[in-house]
Amino acid sequence: MEGLLAEYLPILIFLGIAIGMAALMVVASYIVARQRPDSEKDSAYECGFEAFDDARGRFDVRFYLVAILFIIFDLEIAFLFPWAVALGEIGVFGFWSMMIFLGILTIGFIYEWKKGGLEWD
Amino acid sequence: MVDWIVLWDGYAWPGIIIVAQVLLIVVPLLLAVAYLTYAERKVIAAMQLRKGPNVVGYFGLMQPIADAVKLLFKETILPAGANKVVFIMAPMLVFILGLVGWAVIPFDEGWVLADINVGILYLFAISSLGVYGVLMAGWASNSKYPFLGALRAAAQMVSYEVSMGFVIITVLIVVGSLNLTDIVLAQKDLWFVVPLLPMFVVFFISTLAETNRSPFDLAEGESEIVAGFFLEYSSFTFALFFMGEYANMILMSAMTTILFLGGWLPIIDVAPFNWIPGIVWFAGKVALVLFCFLWVRATFPRYRYDQLMRLGWKVFLPLSLFWVVLTAGVVVAFDLVPRN
Repeated sequence: MEGLLAEYLPILIFLGIAIGMAALMVVASYIVARQRPDSEKDSAYECGFEAFDDARGRFDVRFYLVAILFIIFDLEIAFLFPWAVALGEIGVFGFWSMMIFLGILTIGFIYEWKKGGLEWD
Repeated sequence: MVDWIVLWDGYAWPGIIIVAQVLLIVVPLLLAVAYLTYAERKVIAAMQLRKGPNVVGYFGLMQPIADAVKLLFKETILPAGANKVVFIMAPMLVFILGLVGWAVIPFDEGWVLADINVGILYLFAISSLGVYGVLMAGWASNSKYPFLGALRAAAQMVSYEVSMGFVIITVLIVVGSLNLTDIVLAQKDLWFVVPLLPMFVVFFISTLAETNRSPFDLAEGESEIVAGFFLEYSSFTFALFFMGEYANMILMSAMTTILFLGGWLPIIDVAPFNWIPGIVWFAGKVALVLFCFLWVRATFPRYRYDQLMRLGWKVFLPLSLFWVVLTAGVVVAFDLVPRN
């Protein structure tokens, strides 16, 4: 436990310094530069037009599809990390177990492809 | 009195050393970021038969400093409709993530701030978090172009992250360890760029897409969505995005160097080559990869969004998945499994 903490302490200190630097730079610029906000300057940019409604509207459902697909494959990668490192110990049995898992996922991926879930026109 | 000595020797002094080491990484890194922007302008200018920046200082060498000072003295604009806290936090997050990844990078044998066992997993996690900065910026701006730009950038980044993950796993199968120093030392006889060449190509192109670089810079396609997710930013909030993005580019190049180009190892381990210190080899290889980033930008036109998604999901994903299976199969079948 002690060793683990000692290993990660530099990362924590690094994170602290990075946060400090980022905050310092934004604050320094805010103090040094002259701030003169007005309503025209602070309005949302829309090529010179006045923004005519809220920007947070509906968007294409395909972005959701990409996000869902990403979760599936990222989870798969999370499974593959320990498998790849331990391949020496688990040998042929471990290899084929993972192949079955990948096979099932590939069937799902082919289905998604054939259904047109990956099309952007 | 004894307590003070224990406190000093046990906590304060190691703490000071760690802070000094962190600064030893961060200061050269920020200089590298500044001069990468300069190098980008010079290299692209040379490729287009122009001169590039040459007014401020000798050969324009003070140009990045001048740019930073100019941005420092600009007004920080907070749009009226924006969610102010998230709006300020987004560029800070991008900048912080661009820096903290460097905590685990080995610059030479033993020259690493935190030699953790899960180094590559940490790097993968840090580079994945970048998408939050982009989404936060696009959502908090409450403006249409940043919103669209953030959606595009997020979808693009997650798409290419999948194939990047598979590429990392192929390397892990060959190495058998998540530690970055082990990954470099495993390339003592042969750099992984030779046996895993297709994966190297996939990885390099994925890093271009992951860092929103040309030819995959659709998120900031100026002719359609002006500047993308950082459109509403000004002054140092903009500069933080810029610096974070460039620090991330250098981090990705360092990752490519460690995974495929043998890190700090010399080309061949014979007399004139192994006299050069490892850090010079490392920096040289990173610079070479970065040059390729700039070269690509000067050479290729921008992709269309459907082409980008097709390349990510229909070409790179099946190819890298196939290569994971192939590598694992070869390693198990011929009993080449690494034992350490």
